[in-house]
Amino acid sequence: MSMSRLPSVAAICSTHGNDRFRLMDIVLDVQRNHQRIDGEAMDVIAGALGVARVQVEGVVSFYGFLTSRPTGTYVIRLCNDVIDEMKGALEIAAALQDELGIRFGETTADGLISLEHTSCIGMCDQAPAALVNDVVVTNLHPGTARALVRTLRVREPRGDLRRLLNRAYGDGNNAHDLVRSMVVNNLRLPGRVLFAEMARGAALSKAVAMTPAEVIRELKTSRLRGRGGAGFPTGMKWEYTRAAKGAQRYLIANADEGEPGTFKDRVLLTERPDLLFEGMTVAGYAIGADSGLLYLRGEYAYLRPFLEHVLETRRGAKLLGKDILGRAGFDFDIRIQMGAGAYICGEETALISSCEGRRGDPRTRPPFPVQEGYLGKPTCVNNVETLCCAARIVEMGASWFSAIGTAGSTGTKLLSVSGDCTRPGVFEVPMGTSLRAVFAPCGAEDPVAVQVGGPSGQMVGPSDFDRAISFDDLATGGAVTVFGPGRDVLAIASKFMEFFVHESCGFCTPCRVGNVLLKERLDRIIDGHGEAADLDYLEELGETVKLTSRCGLGQSSPHPVLSTLAKFRPEYERRVNASSDGENAGFDLDAALAAAKEIRRSSLIQIGRGKATP
Amino acid sequence: MSEPVVLSVDGTKITAKPGQTVLEAAEDAGVYIPRLCFMKGLTPAGSCRVCTVRINGRPQAACTQPAAADMFVENDTEELLRLRRNVIDMLFVEGNHFCMVCEKSGACELQALAYRFGITAPKYPYLFPKRELDASHPEILIDRNRCILCGRCVRASKEQDGKHVFGFVGRGPDKSLAADSAHGLGGTNAAATDRAIAACPTGSLLVKRVGFAVPVGRRRFDRSPIGSDVEKPPEGE
Repeated sequence: MSMSRLPSVAAICSTHGNDRFRLMDIVLDVQRNHQRIDGEAMDVIAGALGVARVQVEGVVSFYGFLTSRPTGTYVIRLCNDVIDEMKGALEIAAALQDELGIRFGETTADGLISLEHTSCIGMCDQAPAALVNDVVVTNLHPGTARALVRTLRVREPRGDLRRLLNRAYGDGNNAHDLVRSMVVNNLRLPGRVLFAEMARGAALSKAVAMTPAEVIRELKTSRLRGRGGAGFPTGMKWEYTRAAKGAQRYLIANADEGEPGTFKDRVLLTERPDLLFEGMTVAGYAIGADSGLLYLRGEYAYLRPFLEHVLETRRGAKLLGKDILGRAGFDFDIRIQMGAGAYICGEETALISSCEGRRGDPRTRPPFPVQEGYLGKPTCVNNVETLCCAARIVEMGASWFSAIGTAGSTGTKLLSVSGDCTRPGVFEVPMGTSLRAVFAPCGAEDPVAVQVGGPSGQMVGPSDFDRAISFDDLATGGAVTVFGPGRDVLAIASKFMEFFVHESCGFCTPCRVGNVLLKERLDRIIDGHGEAADLDYLEELGETVKLTSRCGLGQSSPHPVLSTLAKFRPEYERRVNASSDGENAGFDLDAALAAAKEIRRSSLIQIGRGKATP
Repeated sequence: MSEPVVLSVDGTKITAKPGQTVLEAAEDAGVYIPRLCFMKGLTPAGSCRVCTVRINGRPQAACTQPAAADMFVENDTEELLRLRRNVIDMLFVEGNHFCMVCEKSGACELQALAYRFGITAPKYPYLFPKRELDASHPEILIDRNRCILCGRCVRASKEQDGKHVFGFVGRGPDKSLAADSAHGLGGTNAAATDRAIAACPTGSLLVKRVGFAVPVGRRRFDRSPIGSDVEKPPEGE
């Protein structure tokens, strides 16, 4: 592959109409073709799009999958979330570094392979996992990690990287010609709503027989609430969007599933794309939008060709495009917008910023997206699972749906279960199911702590295991992460804080600084240097971040600390309270002395007064 | 939108003109709500969070929240003063602020707020970040050690100077101020007279060679504490 055959940066801009609102697509294409977006490329892009160079630099430096530094032809991104580490990611990291002869953040001398860490890639049920460019590799062990590097080094005539890396494909559509992924669905418990069969077009033909107002009424009657975690009533959101001023409106499906431990949308996207697109089209009909966007997280790029194919099939079947189902004037089409590695873009206003080619900063509210969203037009953003539910509600009727679950939380909920259990995967359970009821099916024999809703949710202990999964009790976007005996809840909380530090957009003070401070003090306690007063300090600091942060990320980022302090306080106290000899119980005097000796030894060598010893 | 509305701030009824935010309405009524990223004439950002108030019980940034009829605003409460003090503390430990040698001392809004809140030393540990200086421009210096990422220069350049000299790069704790050029501020069309430079609340953007034209002791906040221009003197004075 000679450099001259690569499309130039200017050509890439031109392919996207030199449209500044398509900056994400442009920088992703430049990254893919040139392995980086360097200063020169930024100047070209800024010139072509008529935007400030610093705006391009701001975007490139914001997203985890974009970089201005040269990277290898292949970028290995090892997932470093807590589940992956529990399943051996640290050993994989060591094996990769050893086999490649480089460290994380570096590229091999021949420019072939870069090694990086990345936040949760939605594969916790088959961890440890990594991305090689867009290709997912799962269930790694040190041997397969080394073999992976050797395979990449063979430099065969570069064909399909998927065929090279994935010799065996996963179940269901993972084996589809356009996916060819080793990912498995682990669909352990299909339920009545999301994983029942629905004929293509079944919901849409019901919808067009109703007026948009009737569709919205059906949604409101079903009492469907947003599945992303916040639980806003979906029918009301649709109604607000429809009522907003202006002829042009947008519908966006949020497939930026980034909450560590969550992977249920990945299975929906793989096995029920028609249901999702049907839900989006029904929503478009109801709110009066002729354009929909699917914001697909960069980690799920491997699904894109397949999803494009499903969209094309639907266009052929008159389920998308002009005059859908022969109904004159009902036009709706869907474009896939790729993300590029930023958890914050799951927040709906940050997602809209990203769709417009900007940094993924959340926006000031009001105005709310339903008033002024994508390109300043009224926009309804719904979670993937929400839209799938909506399609089924229109197909089967509101009363069918609301008969499932509880009064305040109707329908089913998809759970992404992982951690210390023998059958991790996706479970569709009626709302109101107790946490404990999930343990036997997933093979969690002796859970001592469960993180419900991912890091932004809460860590609960045995006294909470009989609580119900619902908006009124244990609210969750779907992550249920099980921790068995011997797991250190403080160390887990620290990993979660590391995640929030890494994923904060940095727009507001408390989230940008407060998360760093929370992690600092938590780590001090873990290291045995904590004091009893640190517990109050953490509580007060966590409360400040929670109350003063601008968006949902900062308002929930202290939860790992606050919920473990609330539910596992003895674990903290054990480490900060003095034992009988006057030292902190968590403090290792010998280790501290050894560290001090080592510092003294190496500094003596440095000034030429000590001897280097083996 | 077109009619004035009445809301209460700490139990006192105030009237807001159409389109005013809670912060602006309070200010017109002589109530000072502390702020850093807010600047009159610029689109509010709500990024520093110093102006956090409770509105009908919910914490909100007063600078971005439109005033509405019957809002119950809490401003001068023990809790809010503590939260604001914590946020100001965070800004101090996040950067490298050395007031005693800073040529902005006495005219710095961050320093002035610290005095107002009685902060003598931050309670959080210093993070001692390594930050870049940019002296490439003949007239203007960027000292990122003192930057609090308020974005006032970014907005002023765009909205008032009609330029696009500044922007933000990086994410989270790595977020930093950048100039619109591969060659630093010197590569941009920034001028010392730009309102963007004067918009800096701290000593992060400095015009070179005029630092001590006004001696310490005779500067803006040496004469009167921050907020005193807004606040009505107490009755009877």
